[in-house]
Amino acid sequence: MTETLTFSQEISNLLYAAEGEPLKTCIQCGTCSGTCPVAGYMDHTPRLLISMINRGMKDEALESNTFWYCASCYHCTVRCPQDINITELMYALKRYSIWKRRHKEGLIGPTFSESFVKMIVRTGRSYEPILAPSYIFSFGMRDMLLEVQGATELLLKGRLPVLPSRIKRLDKFKKALGRIIPMGGLE
Amino acid sequence: MKEFAYFPGCSLEKMASSYHMSALETTKKLGVALKELEDWNCCGATTYFYIDELLAYTLSARNLAIAEKTGLDVVAPCSACYKNMYFTAAHLKKDADLAEHINFALEEDNLRFEGKVGVKHLIEVFAEDIGAEELKSKTVKPLEGVRVAPYYGCQIVRPQKENEAVEQPQFFEEILSAIGATPVNYPLKMRCCGGSLIISSRTAALGMVRNLLQSAVDAQTTVIATACPMCQVNLEVYQQQVNQEFGTNFSVPVLYFTQLIGLALGVPQKKLGIGKEFVDFAPSLLQAAQG
Repeated sequence: MTETLTFSQEISNLLYAAEGEPLKTCIQCGTCSGTCPVAGYMDHTPRLLISMINRGMKDEALESNTFWYCASCYHCTVRCPQDINITELMYALKRYSIWKRRHKEGLIGPTFSESFVKMIVRTGRSYEPILAPSYIFSFGMRDMLLEVQGATELLLKGRLPVLPSRIKRLDKFKKALGRIIPMGGLE
Repeated sequence: MKEFAYFPGCSLEKMASSYHMSALETTKKLGVALKELEDWNCCGATTYFYIDELLAYTLSARNLAIAEKTGLDVVAPCSACYKNMYFTAAHLKKDADLAEHINFALEEDNLRFEGKVGVKHLIEVFAEDIGAEELKSKTVKPLEGVRVAPYYGCQIVRPQKENEAVEQPQFFEEILSAIGATPVNYPLKMRCCGGSLIISSRTAALGMVRNLLQSAVDAQTTVIATACPMCQVNLEVYQQQVNQEFGTNFSVPVLYFTQLIGLALGVPQKKLGIGKEFVDFAPSLLQAAQG
């Protein structure tokens, strides 16, 4: 007999070293929403999102932009009276939505993150110019021009690298990461 | 002379090279040696955790294992690198299964994380290892009359590590006072700059930057001091875009705290990477620096 997990249980399983279901301890006080500097731009406040997960509203929760708008500032986390690691929850939802390919359309976060990770796996270091195509075309014309203008100025001030940097023992680095995840999944 | 292993992180290679230069110059003057880690890799930033947690820990663990070989504690100037390294070390020390799994991967590079290395943010080296007294005694050009807004941002102080103050820390103010500057008290000193939202959720990030700049300006700030390359870029490089978006007229210089310390210690401006800014120095700051 197979057991079906509730959405809250699925998410709890994705929280590092979580015991039980931490989200079930939420008292809906709203400290997280009141603290969050991005709440005003989210489809649902953090408090509401937790409530939705606890009620099993999986489709609505995954369709929310909320977790992709989390900047990982941990302000909610240090203030939560129930010690729920809300930032970790947002990370877990990001991972879940990428794995299941179920996230709101039109978001830059998922594509940008995947490009970033692929870049690190290939060179071991970050190189900003290679990332630009993963988001710049999602910008409107005006924002795109502003971004190009900014990048040009950075270049002129010697703040943008012309060539990508890479680590020396790249082969061994890739082999090490290959022991964690099959590289086919990242290339 | 006190020594640390030094993990500059990707931003300091170019985007924040002035932070790198001023970190090395000022620590040298204060009797602290920062020895760059050999063949370090990217810490994974925040994005790596969006894709795979285990892989993210592996990236940081490789740097920690390289640092352990030196026998020194490791220092990171970037708040995101620091947070990743600090918590990776903490998790690996507590979780033997996780450590075993990651050490199995690191074997490929002849590395092993033993759990001996300590992790510090660069600003902690100034606040704790060097200390305000020493900073004060080495200051030759006190930044008198310069109103500096200490911008803590997020990941130096959050998540909480032990019992340290996460709501109203004072260590940044103490450093600024020691070099003769006037630390500005403004309500948003602990708020987030938006981090990578500047790319993924631009409107939100620009709004967050505007609020921060407004809060600092309302408190008559001459210059904002940061301890993170991400914060510096969002607050300074995107200031012009904030002005266009919101019709504001901000022109607040944003310097690394090590650049301000360097000025007070009498290090020539060029050696501190000064001149790469988007927003020019306020005249009063320049005057103090030349004083």
